[in-house]
Amino acid sequence: MTDTDTLLNARNLSKTFTLHTQGGVRLPVFDGLDLSLQRGQCLVLVGPSGAGKSSLLRCLYGNYLVQHGEVMVRHDGRMIDLTQATTRDLLDVRLRTLGFVSQFLRVIPRVSTLDVVAEPLLAQGCGEDDARDKASTMLARLNIPDRLWSIAPATFSGGEQQRVNIARCFVADYPILLLDEPTASLDVDNRKIVLDLITEARRRGTGIIGIFHDPQDRAAVATDTLELAAMDQAA
Amino acid sequence: MTDRISHNADTPLLRVDSLSKSYGPVVGCRDVAFDLWPGEVLGIVGESGSGKTTLLKCVSAQLEPDGGAVQYDTRDDGPRDVYGLSEARRRLLMRTDWGIVHQNPRDGLRFGISAGANVGERLIAVGERHYGDLRAEVTDWLERVEMDIGRMDDLPSTFSGGMQQRVQIARNLITRPRLVFMDEPTSGLDVSVQARLLDLIRMLVGTLRIACIIVTHDLGVVRLLTHRTIVMQKGEVVEHGLTDQVLDDPQHPYTQLLVSSILPV
Ligand SMILES: Nc1ncnc2c1ncn2[C@@H]1O[C@H](COP(=O)(O)OP(=O)(O)OP(=O)(O)O)[C@@H](O)[C@H]1O
Ligand SMILES: Nc1ncnc2c1ncn2[C@@H]1O[C@H](COP(=O)(O)OP(=O)(O)OP(=O)(O)O)[C@@H](O)[C@H]1O
Ligand SMILES: [Mg+2]
Ligand SMILES: [Mg+2]
Repeated sequence: MTDTDTLLNARNLSKTFTLHTQGGVRLPVFDGLDLSLQRGQCLVLVGPSGAGKSSLLRCLYGNYLVQHGEVMVRHDGRMIDLTQATTRDLLDVRLRTLGFVSQFLRVIPRVSTLDVVAEPLLAQGCGEDDARDKASTMLARLNIPDRLWSIAPATFSGGEQQRVNIARCFVADYPILLLDEPTASLDVDNRKIVLDLITEARRRGTGIIGIFHDPQDRAAVATDTLELAAMDQAA
Repeated sequence: MTDRISHNADTPLLRVDSLSKSYGPVVGCRDVAFDLWPGEVLGIVGESGSGKTTLLKCVSAQLEPDGGAVQYDTRDDGPRDVYGLSEARRRLLMRTDWGIVHQNPRDGLRFGISAGANVGERLIAVGERHYGDLRAEVTDWLERVEMDIGRMDDLPSTFSGGMQQRVQIARNLITRPRLVFMDEPTSGLDVSVQARLLDLIRMLVGTLRIACIIVTHDLGVVRLLTHRTIVMQKGEVVEHGLTDQVLDDPQHPYTQLLVSSILPV
């Protein structure tokens, strides 16, 4: 393993929520957490509900702020600390390096499914026809019937929305993927397709940090696991 | 116009530094600082009276601040202090490289002339004289904002509020500004009209890669349109960050209150 195989290196991360609207209650989620991710690795976060798995992924994406620690991400051939990055740099890292699948699709109203999926490619500078081709291929692979492509995903079923969400992320070929329960609302066939996509990406060298509820899914993709314990929230 | 000063990737389009404005004893905004990059969309949110309009006016050269600086990366001269420009240059900047979309169409349109004339006015001001070209350009822009071309010779007063806002947008975008300021561009409209106008703004700003500062009290609008959000309270910036971060993990008590008061849909 060489130095350039390290895609992400987080050190001494601490996250505590302070709920000002509820009397300033403090919810410590994790403290002094370290993790690193190499090319071709699939690191699976495990732990009971409320342990902070989703919060950790969001901190790695810059969606949640940490109180302490650093999140070094390989971007454009150098390591950049997301906790210190300007919003502009962070947006660039998200544009080209970090893909994120949230547990639920945040639907953009009135934008067609095909456009939702093509959007990350267009933002990366891909030509319109090429972007639509790739988006179509990915939607087809994820079994979204083409009669749905021209309508907005707002009215889709939970599983269909989740597959649109996955298509949108996998279409862009990010070097690092953060996946929050991507298989949770899928049936057996679609679950298999998503697990295959993950494994293919990993074999190409993509680094993946994921959360999978189902032990079988976990076993199918994990190369490593990281255990998160619920913190004592009496503090 | 030469392009000799590069709009290089390391120069923000706009740099706002310790900007303050009071109205006698009343604080409008205090000590506000931020950068805006080409193509970036910034939202300014906060309760009524928190200083959003004051800030936007100070930044867009409509209201001279008491202190601080606003620097703009001009096309021909590189970064310049906006209030240090001659009156003539500032006005040229405001009607070519900038656009201002007002909340009230009465502030942004001339009601005595037709919709088409409103849209063409800025082009004429920068020297377009050829009637045919002008008419073609105006038609194109009315189409882009999804207006019925057949009504181009009608007066703005005969249009609905949503249509008036479309005309205002076309009027501003026709000179291909790099920066557009919008103060509550959709408030006061019916919800469905609002939604369609937001789609249009989203599409235009995205495809033309225009930098934009949008004042709104609607967190749904910032979620939909902006990259970055500034939260104001009592004239001061209390929180500033990536829009999804500010909305999903708000730090300041006031932002948490704002976010928690959104009704779940
Ligand atoms: N935006 C937020 N604001 C306040 N508290 C939050 C926020 N997000 C998460 N939390 C809290 O942080 C703790 C960890 O939540 P998180 O969603 O990270 O857990 P998880 O391990 O993903 O659980 P699950 O397996 O149920 O999805 C919980 O107590 C949760 O209530
Ligand atoms: N021309 C003025 N003369 C005196 N006071 C003013 C003037 N304009 C604004 N103010 C005051 O400055 C403060 C900030 O006003 P501003 O219009 O910037 O708020 P805002 O955030 O835009 O509010 P809203 O959401 O209601 O439009 C308020 O207390 C307001 O009363
Ligand atoms: Mg979770
Ligand atoms: Mg106002």
